This record gives sequence, C-alpha cells and structure tokens, in this order.
Amino acid sequence: MEIKNLTIKKAHEGLIKKEFSATDLANHFLDKIEALDKDFHSFLTITENLAISQAEEIDELILRGKKIPILAGIPSVIKDNILVKDIRCTAASKILENYIASYDATCVKNLKKQGVVILGKTNMDEFAMGSSGENSGFFPTKNPHDLERVPGGSSSGSAAAVAADLSVFALGSDTCGSIRQPASFCGVVGLKPTYGAVSRYGLIAMASSLDQIGTITKTVEDAKLVFDVISGRDEMDSTSISIRKEENWKLEIKDLKIGVPKEYFAKGIDPEVEKIVKSAIKKYERQGAKIEEVNLPYSTDQALAAYYIIMPSEVSANLARYDGIKYGYATKEAKDLFDFYLKTRREGLGLEVRRRVMLGTYALSAGYYDAYYLRAQKIRTLIKKSFEKAFKKVDVLMTPVSPTTAFKLGEKTADPLSMYLSDIYMGAVNLAGLPAISIPCGKIGNLPVNFQIIGNKFEEYKIIEVGNFFEKS
Amino acid sequence: MINEQEVKHIAKLARLGLTPKEIEKMQKDLSLILDYFNLLKTINISDIEPTFHSISNLESFLRRDEKRMESQEEIDKLRKSATEIENGYIRVKKIL
Repeated sequence: MEIKNLTIKKAHEGLIKKEFSATDLANHFLDKIEALDKDFHSFLTITENLAISQAEEIDELILRGKKIPILAGIPSVIKDNILVKDIRCTAASKILENYIASYDATCVKNLKKQGVVILGKTNMDEFAMGSSGENSGFFPTKNPHDLERVPGGSSSGSAAAVAADLSVFALGSDTCGSIRQPASFCGVVGLKPTYGAVSRYGLIAMASSLDQIGTITKTVEDAKLVFDVISGRDEMDSTSISIRKEENWKLEIKDLKIGVPKEYFAKGIDPEVEKIVKSAIKKYERQGAKIEEVNLPYSTDQALAAYYIIMPSEVSANLARYDGIKYGYATKEAKDLFDFYLKTRREGLGLEVRRRVMLGTYALSAGYYDAYYLRAQKIRTLIKKSFEKAFKKVDVLMTPVSPTTAFKLGEKTADPLSMYLSDIYMGAVNLAGLPAISIPCGKIGNLPVNFQIIGNKFEEYKIIEVGNFFEKS
Repeated sequence: MINEQEVKHIAKLARLGLTPKEIEKMQKDLSLILDYFNLLKTINISDIEPTFHSISNLESFLRRDEKRMESQEEIDKLRKSATEIENGYIRVKKIL
C-alpha cells in the first residue's frame, strides 16, 4: 500500500493488515519532513527518537497479536505551545528558545496513552499571537499551496504540515481563529472545540478565557477521532468540562435548520470567497435543509474590537511570568533587577508580543479600565446573547472563515490592524466559547477556501456530523 | 493619540524594554488600534452585565490539595532551567 495522503482510518487499516509497520510509517514521515520541510519551515523541533520509540512499542503490540486503538501508531505533530515532556517547547519565542518541558500537557498524555506517534513540534506565531505565521521568533512558515503566501496563523506549522502531508494530523490552539483560519488557508479541517472541552493544562497560556486546544486533520472524520481522545474533564484544569457524546446522533439533513448570519457576508469579503461559501451552504439546501438568514449583532467588527481589548489584557498578565529568572532567556548584562527585566524582555520577546502586552497594560491601567476592559466584557455579553437567540431558531450557523484566501508573505506585516482584521469572522466564537469547525469547500486558483460551521455550546458532535455530511456527499 | 510619555510609562509598568525607534512605532500602532476601538463607543451597554467567562462551569472543582513528590532527577532538571543557581538557590540581581 502506498503511504500517501493517509487519513487516520486508512493508516490504522494499513497497520492492522500489516501493509506497513508503525516504524515504517514513522520513518516515511520523518524522511519526508527531512526532504521537504526546508521549503515550508513548518517544524521547530523534530522528535525522531521519541517517534521511533513510540512506533516500536506499537509494532511490538501488533506482533504479539494485540488489538490496538485506532490512534495507535498514527504519526502526529504538536503545536509548539503545547508541552511534551523532555522535549524543547518554545512557543516560537526567543525567550523560550532553550526551554525543555518538564511534563506532558493533558492532551499529549491522552494521545500517548493511545499510542500516537509524535514526529515533532510545529512552528507558529510567537505565543500564538498572529494570523500569518510570520510572527514566529525564528522563521516564517510558507503555504504548501503557494510558497509566496502565508499558511495563516497562529497554528501555521500544524496546518502546513498536514496540508503538505508531512503528518497524518496535528494539534493546534485557537484563541481567535488560530486553528480555523490556517486550516482554511491550507485547505485542511480545523476543529475549535467548546471552551473547556479540551484541558488547557500544559498549553502555554496566551489569553486564558479564550484559549482552546483543537485539531487539524485531513478529514472531518479524523477530527472526531482525535477529539474523542483529547476531550474531557481534567482535574488539572478547573475550567475543563466533559462533553456528552452523541454517539448515535442521527442526522437527517431534511430536519436541519441552518442559520446564515448576514453580518458575515457584509462588505469586505472577496466575492469569489462568498460565492464558494454560499455554494457549500446550497448543497445542504438541495438535500432538504432549511436555510434561514439570521441576525447576529456585534459578531464581526465589534467582536474583533472587543477581542483586541480582552485578549491583550489577559496576555499582559499571562506573560508577566517571563522574567528570565526561573527559566528561559536571560540578558547577559544588567545593572539591577529592573534593568534585567527590561533587557531580558526586550531581547526575548518579539515586537507583536510586546505590542499586545502594552495594549493590555494600557487597557487595565487606572482610569481606562471602565472605558476599555469593562466595556469590552459587556459587549461580550451582547455577543453571547446574539448566539443564544440565534440557536433558539437554528441548529447550526454557517459562515466564511476568512474574507480572503491566503495573502502574500509580507503583505500585512507593516500594519498590525490590517493583520488583525483578517480574523474578522473568528473572534465572536471564542468570546462566546462556542465550538466551530473549518472545512474545505473549494479553491480559487490553487488557493483553498473553507467554510465554518458554528454550533451551540457542547455540540461539537453535532457540527462534526453536519460537516461529515458535506465531506461525504 | 497616545503620547510618547504614556508609551514610556506603560512600558515601565509592563517591565518591557523598547528602543527609541520601537517607542515611536508603538506610539503610532497603539494609537491606530485604540482608534479602532471607537466603534464600540456607540453600543448601548447600560444594564448589561460583563461576561468574564464564556462557559460557566456548573460543577467547578479544584484538584486534590496533596503533596506531589517528584524524583531528585526531576527536581534537578527544573533547577537547571533557572538562569543562576547558587548553593541550590535561585540567584537574582540586587533589587535595591
């Protein structure tokens, strides 16, 4: 059997039918990474020894005739803000360039328990702050569909690696589209679960009320297989929750009510993208689903503005820990502790990271708290209510992921606001804590376009089923 | 427009070093971003409660408060990641 574009299911079948061993599989991907990743730069660390030792364990089980879980022996890559014990974890920041993780994130622990093989840690925007991958403290990742374009961000390396078939699947994190938008730019499937559905223990914190770990896969079916394993309540994360598994979710498309929010098709969207997304929705309609236009007030530009107040506020608190003392980069020369902090953080943190720390410090500082932070959190309430109202009428919402296809490297780096605006359809979902999935639905030239299915809280299995229908029909 | 003094003050509060060129860029960028927030000013928020957590955890819980023993090897690994160690303690620069 040829090892090409393997999904989890196909790889699993190959393993149990002994068409290839887990070690063959791991070696195949490691060789491919070595040969091709010099063009994409999707990896920061390749964990060859770990991968081979994990694969050998699975081969041993197969050899002894044991039944293996569906994820056993499946090659994966992990975004470099998620800890894998004894492996370097940088969050693509110079300040963590030599940091070695001292424990496994809960999601990684869960993957390892199933026998998943970890090939490496993927590039990203520094501390997950960016929409193009260009804010990596080391080097930008390139889009496998067009090397002059960005793969999206911040899970740039994870999306590029799956798109370039350098891994079967990847983990990413999504604070304002960081899984869904790169999935769209790279033409792969990105699932952002309900806030709390996947434990954040071992995820390097950016904005704690918004961060969520999720999956980047080749198919919707694979997203479900990985989500099954990484989700669940974890005593190490008090915000984690268990999701009811609707194993027998019988989806009748003719009973499905799909809401299409007007706000997501307003000015600013590329007409070609709009056409492709609308034709994806049409596909459901042709099968009997009811399509209803809904209002979702405050869900696009106002949500993005509120996000850019709330997120930096949380960032400014979370990134205070990088002081160069307990771990991480430290400046060489400083006259006292204050000077040491200033120099360490100037030399160790990139400009976008410092910009967000500045913005958050400003928004939380005396005299501005009510005008910015508190106002933004009240608008968050309005956004949440918009969704609650919509989900009283419809089962799921369908929207574009990004107003455009992948843009050129360097196109938006000089103007931070234009970069932020590329996530205009992303923020509301994170502010409301909802699950959403980004699914390929077409191409403009060779550049992929995804659409987004947003579900009510705790309904990831429903959006997965709705997505499955699209993929299979 | 946010002025240079404000940028320097915030940078000091946040313990961030900025070069003179970065201060200038920061002033320009922050002003543009703060201007963008003006679109929130027209939204009526009277009588609206803030949402700090999107998903309220109905059964909030804490981990068990118990001593977790790590091996000497793990402790040494953690210690090794500190910048400066003296007699098993982490050393910092003088404060005063």
